[in-house]
Amino acid sequence: MSEQPKVEGPMIRMRGIRKAYSMGRVEVEALRGIDLDIGGNDYVAVVGPSGSGKSTLMNIIGCLDTPTSGEYVLSGEKVAGLDRNRLAEIRNRHVGFVFQNFNLLPYASALENVELPLLFAGVGTRERKERAEEMLRRVDLADRMDHKPTELSGGQMQRVAIARALVNRPAIILADEPTGNLDSASGQGIVGLFRELHGAGQTIVMITHDQAVARLAERIVQIRDGQIVEDRQAAA
Amino acid sequence: MSTLVSRAEVAMVWRLFRADAAHNRKRIALTVLAIAWGTLSIVMLLSFGEGMKRAFHRTVRGMGEGIGVLWPGATTRAWAGLNSGRQIQFTDEDMELLKARIPELGAISREYSRRVPVSLGAKSVNARVRGVDPSFGPMRNLIPSAGGRFIDEADLSEKRRVVFLGDELAKDLFGIGDPIGRTVQINQSTFLVVGVMQAKVMMGMYSGPDKGQATIPATTFKSMYTDARPGNMVYAPVSMEAGDKVKVEIYRVLGRKYRFDQEDRRALGIWDTRENQRITENIALGIQIFLGIIGALTLFVGGMGVANIMYAVVKERTREIGVKMALGAKVRQVMAPFVMEALMMTVMGGVLGTAVSLGLMAVIAVLPLKGEAFEFLGRPTFSPAIALSTSVVLGTIGMLAGYFPARRAASVNPAVSLRYE
Repeated sequence: MSEQPKVEGPMIRMRGIRKAYSMGRVEVEALRGIDLDIGGNDYVAVVGPSGSGKSTLMNIIGCLDTPTSGEYVLSGEKVAGLDRNRLAEIRNRHVGFVFQNFNLLPYASALENVELPLLFAGVGTRERKERAEEMLRRVDLADRMDHKPTELSGGQMQRVAIARALVNRPAIILADEPTGNLDSASGQGIVGLFRELHGAGQTIVMITHDQAVARLAERIVQIRDGQIVEDRQAAA
Repeated sequence: MSTLVSRAEVAMVWRLFRADAAHNRKRIALTVLAIAWGTLSIVMLLSFGEGMKRAFHRTVRGMGEGIGVLWPGATTRAWAGLNSGRQIQFTDEDMELLKARIPELGAISREYSRRVPVSLGAKSVNARVRGVDPSFGPMRNLIPSAGGRFIDEADLSEKRRVVFLGDELAKDLFGIGDPIGRTVQINQSTFLVVGVMQAKVMMGMYSGPDKGQATIPATTFKSMYTDARPGNMVYAPVSMEAGDKVKVEIYRVLGRKYRFDQEDRRALGIWDTRENQRITENIALGIQIFLGIIGALTLFVGGMGVANIMYAVVKERTREIGVKMALGAKVRQVMAPFVMEALMMTVMGGVLGTAVSLGLMAVIAVLPLKGEAFEFLGRPTFSPAIALSTSVVLGTIGMLAGYFPARRAASVNPAVSLRYE
């Protein structure tokens, strides 16, 4: 696994992205021509009502799904016509996911959860452990490494998930409603952590319908009916 | 990147399995039990087959291994001016002639016989008494029990009055006493008992089972009954492969002496026991394959149980599969845990089933099973071949039971499954 090269130009470049689902005989267009550039060290909030296509957009940005048409370049790599294994490799190297419901493996410890992306990348045992521990320290969970998710609070679980997203040094962090399942105090902690990461140079794309959370981003992209209707700098 | 499954993955799978086992204890226990039962069936059936094969082998060798029995016949073709339908009769010299002319002949013995009373005091048994050469014993599998011996060369050359008794005949005359060193009367002559045959089972025989016969030196027999001719001869080729050549040579040599066409098959009768051995071995093999198939089918049903569980597990873990995919797990890395888990259950069941089978066999081995049926059936016998074939069948079933559910897992769409509750 090679270290990822420093990319000039936008981290994410989308041109005319369309995504159509066939629901029986009916074709539903979830995305209808998205043009979007996200640069290195951007902190973008994607907002929109449910059914607007923001989840579909997130799936495509995260390479969990591929567009029906259009061009998508992530971190200098064209994401089109790739097989499952190649897509898995791109996700592993370039994308760190943070989910609303944390999605930690319940039977594995915090440390093991953070080790997972490294395991899939084929990193050796010792290095894996060191890097995972370092990440957990960074999210202030040095004393919770051997705890199972059930022994952690929501905020702690989300921080484990963030450590897991960061551990492979991804080009972007892709967060889907990261504060949606948290009480406001924990939510603020997570938002603070994102800001800190952004301050350290991390590109972050966050999907949220929480205006308060969105306002903390640098840039807000508004989606409606599968199209970008507004793209503005947040009033800081 | 290594294509092998890493140690960490194995550790992860093991932990996963234990976590699963904790909340599906009953289901997993029943599945492992089904595999254990299947393993028990296949191991026991194959072991019964093996035991039976060995018993077959033993009984078919009861009369002797790879030997031929040679009788005089009657010609069916006119030859060299002689009519057909002429009876052939062996003479005392035929054995020496065959021995001298056929190098592939490993051993040969005359067999004279007559049914006469054999008596001890007032007890008398009408038995078949046969006069033979010393090579007859090993060829015909007449093994002396402890303390005794068979007829030897000195007995033969000195025409001693010694007798080797069949075990049943010895029992009829002496009861439970030891006959060796005591004497019996044959044709009003006193014979010293030098050996008693070890009990054996015979699947094939001519002129009755060996256990009821008295065997004396051929020369002694000839001196008692001067008009006797060898009723038959018993021979053993130097090797199994030489058997066919020996048969041809016997027809050629005796055909020249007695003036019959060496293609005239009826002029001599030869019972080639190699053929029986081949047939019984094939029958035993056929039975074993049949039993093995039944066992494998039983095991297969257990494998269905494992596959069934694995499908359920895949469904339960759909979201987890999606998470792993999002984190960058490749197809192989998604599939491996399911295959390993299925294999783990199969191996556990396999070990359990094999252990129980071995225990059962140990019990059967010490059971006092008596009777002719058991002599032919034998006792279940484990063998490396059985261990190997059971492992192969188990492994294959485990792999298949894991592979198909794993393929289902790999086909999960991560974008959809991450929303799956």
